[in-house]
Amino acid sequence: MKFNKYKAWLYLAPALVFLLAFMVYPLIDVLVYSFEEGFNSASQTYFGVGFYNYSYVLSDPYFLSAVGNTFILVFITVPLSTFLSLVISLALASIKKLRELFQTVYFLPYVTNTLAVGLVFMILFRPTPHSDGLVNAFLGLFGISPIDFIDGPYAMKMLVLCLYTVWTVMPFKILVLTSALLSVKEEYYNAARIDGTPRLRIITKITLPMISPTLFYLIITGFIGAFKAYSDAVALFGVNLNVAGMNTIVGYIYDMLYGEGGGYPSYASAAAIILFLIILTVTAINLTVSRRRTFY
Amino acid sequence: MISNTSSVRESLKRRDIIFNIFVYTLLVIFALIVIFPFWWMIITSFKSYGDYNAEVVPTLIAVSPTVENFIKVFTDVPLARYILNTVIYSVSTTALMLVISIPAAFAFARLDFRGKDILFTLFLALMMIPSELVIITNFVTVTELNLRNTFTGLILPSASSVFYVYLLKESFSAVPNELYLAAKVDGTSDLKFMLKVMTPVCKPTVITVTLLKLIECWNAYVWPRLITDEETHFLVSNGIQQLRESGFGRENVPAMMAAVVVISVPLILLFLIFRGRIMEGVARGGSKG
Repeated sequence: MKFNKYKAWLYLAPALVFLLAFMVYPLIDVLVYSFEEGFNSASQTYFGVGFYNYSYVLSDPYFLSAVGNTFILVFITVPLSTFLSLVISLALASIKKLRELFQTVYFLPYVTNTLAVGLVFMILFRPTPHSDGLVNAFLGLFGISPIDFIDGPYAMKMLVLCLYTVWTVMPFKILVLTSALLSVKEEYYNAARIDGTPRLRIITKITLPMISPTLFYLIITGFIGAFKAYSDAVALFGVNLNVAGMNTIVGYIYDMLYGEGGGYPSYASAAAIILFLIILTVTAINLTVSRRRTFY
Repeated sequence: MISNTSSVRESLKRRDIIFNIFVYTLLVIFALIVIFPFWWMIITSFKSYGDYNAEVVPTLIAVSPTVENFIKVFTDVPLARYILNTVIYSVSTTALMLVISIPAAFAFARLDFRGKDILFTLFLALMMIPSELVIITNFVTVTELNLRNTFTGLILPSASSVFYVYLLKESFSAVPNELYLAAKVDGTSDLKFMLKVMTPVCKPTVITVTLLKLIECWNAYVWPRLITDEETHFLVSNGIQQLRESGFGRENVPAMMAAVVVISVPLILLFLIFRGRIMEGVARGGSKG
């Protein structure tokens, strides 16, 4: 009988061992690293304990530019992708024929490799030996002169990064929003329709309030995801993001850890903790706003 | 009076038709935007190096299609090696994830023990920890254990997943308790019950979790990049990055596109076969990465 009491722990043991080793311990350790000054990974020694790593990171121009890039990316792509996804989902929910086909097509980017499709995007925006590239050829139809998107001005690079990010995050949002919209009960709409309420009014007065919890869930997770942007930028501008001037906070963390200019786990840890604090703050703000605005 | 209502109905019907035309146009345009990069990569992968580079106006069809690029990606660069590595990594990681997650989910759903609620809450709290925070120490740990450029170093830190334990637990909890009690009366052991009854009954969720993990592994980039710097252990994401920077001796866009097509096809097939399961699982909260 005594064995039975401990049996549950036997079932839990493998999961606990893995989580302790690869999540809980690292979580504590990253805090420790971030306060160890002058840590040398070869000799495992450090000079002292304090906030030096934080002040180093916060005054590093590469970090500041990464923070700037990340904030621009977040505040453009989250509202834009959420709004576009909402429009597409409303359209999807209002039809019956071909809905499944459209849903399947829209979900495709989710299951493809970010690096691989990012490469395709880059090529689309870049000139070939004898042409200015496909996107420029298209823009040329409207009389717009060729733009160097990948190696050109900062605003253009940011534009491409934002477009690609929106393209990759929309499948998830459309999927979640469409299933939320489809679960709103028919009766609400029927009642409004009998009254002859205009479509836009139905959307703002019935549909949006009904799905507001889902919408806020998507905005909150959208912010968290966008703050962790990295692979998309690598796909478009290559591994050396600092040179391209397109680094993100997560990119900065990995650059500090490994590769050219790497080998500084303390700086990487300090940067990771700063990122975590930023995400925490923004999420707290989002939650406060959503409590006030969610309708039920 | 009667004719009046019918004309109102007529005009409403007309408005519906106009609205529908508008909706379908919007949906078709967006579908084209989504599909276009895929279309373009397939088309380009069938163009020859010379044809592609000689184009003054980009063409949307391959005028003289060739398969030379698909031969090149297997002969000039070790794409087959990358794919094999990715298959080994994805299958082992997913299998290990199932082996550690199913018993844990079973314990949370069916067994009684002290501190269960607190432990489960802690479990859920771990879901909120961004992987960027823990990856630094894991990188140092794996490096110190001399596990860089090994499958062990790649797989072990990727195998645990709180979210999948949660999904499995939810599914296990939904199985009526009578089934468990009946099995107990029959003298079935818990282990046997878990493997022979619970897992088969909850097969849909097990399949969903397996598929989501496979997709996640196939697309993994950050961890493999940190842990591997030898081509012998590159996964497809790193392989693509490598091809792009120093792939075919010169920048060969059609060949790169062929490589992209080759590594995208397995996932797209998997998705088309298990569309329903994957979309349902993702809708329940599996966000990418």
